[in-house]
Amino acid sequence: MSEAPSSEPRPPPPASVTLPAAPEAVPLVPELLISDLLRYGVLVSLSLVTLGTTVTFFRHPDYLVSSEALERLTAPHPVPHGLADVVAGAMAARGQSFVMAGLLVMMAVPVMRVALSLLIFRQQKDRLYVAITTVVLTLLLVSFLVGAAEG
Amino acid sequence: MTPFLFTFVVLLFSVGAGLLGSLLGIGGGLILIPVLTLLLKVDIHYAVGASIVSVIATSSGAAAAYVRERMANLRVAMFLELATTAGALTGAFLSGRVGGRGVYLVFGAVMAYSALVMLRRMNSTEVAPVPEDALADRLGLHGSYWDESMGREVDYRVTRPLAGLGLMYVAGTVSGMLGIGSGALKVPAMDLTMRLPLKVSTATSNFMIGVTAAASAGVYFARGHIDPFIAGPVCVGVTLGAWLGSRHLMAKVNASWLRALFVCVLLWVAFEMLRKGWSS
Repeated sequence: MSEAPSSEPRPPPPASVTLPAAPEAVPLVPELLISDLLRYGVLVSLSLVTLGTTVTFFRHPDYLVSSEALERLTAPHPVPHGLADVVAGAMAARGQSFVMAGLLVMMAVPVMRVALSLLIFRQQKDRLYVAITTVVLTLLLVSFLVGAAEG
Repeated sequence: MTPFLFTFVVLLFSVGAGLLGSLLGIGGGLILIPVLTLLLKVDIHYAVGASIVSVIATSSGAAAAYVRERMANLRVAMFLELATTAGALTGAFLSGRVGGRGVYLVFGAVMAYSALVMLRRMNSTEVAPVPEDALADRLGLHGSYWDESMGREVDYRVTRPLAGLGLMYVAGTVSGMLGIGSGALKVPAMDLTMRLPLKVSTATSNFMIGVTAAASAGVYFARGHIDPFIAGPVCVGVTLGAWLGSRHLMAKVNASWLRALFVCVLLWVAFEMLRKGWSS
């Protein structure tokens, strides 16, 4: 997985190809920024998940041999689902809390992507898309608040 | 089965689901949920919770490559995300109030319908001209992409953005209700209604799914349905599979072959959904 960020863009668009010179055409740089955000966000998330899983198996050697442990793990049981619980668990170096932190980073990646798009459209002075992106970002934040209120 | 073996098996299935998902523009959740619940006996709530995070992983992992290749249309994506996020909110709100049975039945019917529409279009190879659309012009939705198998840059025009918006609202609602990315609904909306090329539709769908799924994921997280023990390996495996798919297969796959594979998956999922709605 660690090779992922170093990989080159797939079809390098030949320099000879003249892109449609429409004024609204998005230049390549924002696309690289968004691509990097997605790529490194996912990488950070997966590193945390992998680290957490490794820590879990080191702390619970019985997980490698005992099959009863699995039944406990796959049956309904409380999992940390508050930001404070996850942070506290990670501070105590609990493997599953690292995994959970990684999953939270994963959930935050699309939100950050929309926020980045907002900055890009604002820089391009594209007022229509600034408005569209602001609405999308608001809806996203509202959905997280709705979830928190319900939980 | 020990927890270690379980993690390993989940990881393997997730790689497979991610690979298939990235090629078809679906998050892989539809493949994973039956595997987790039926084969590995995971509680359905945790399966859905793991699925929704894996959906974000697939989307972001594959989208990173698609965006760099300029295969995904960022403006179409942002415009349609207006509807998918609003839909995801509606779906998350409705999921507590509507029984599962009706949802499965409606969903199965919609999927079967889109599969049949795609199947019919497979036979007609001639390209009908894309009708002019003033709103699509105003929104600057048209674009171009580099086609690897044709070896040249292909221009395309987009039409009926409002119809697309309506279908995306439905797709977002389904996503919020069932905890899936619902790329199976997004791709036909862009491909058949808005007339984006299938490869662009698939790439843009992948790009949008993360935002739709993030809108639902917050709700599932707050309900305590995202279990790190299951979601962890799922997340890693699916991303790995999606990366392999988009990096090594997508550009080389022929569009009509991709469409045939997609129709098969749609029909299978529709059958599963209808059966679940019928028997529950």
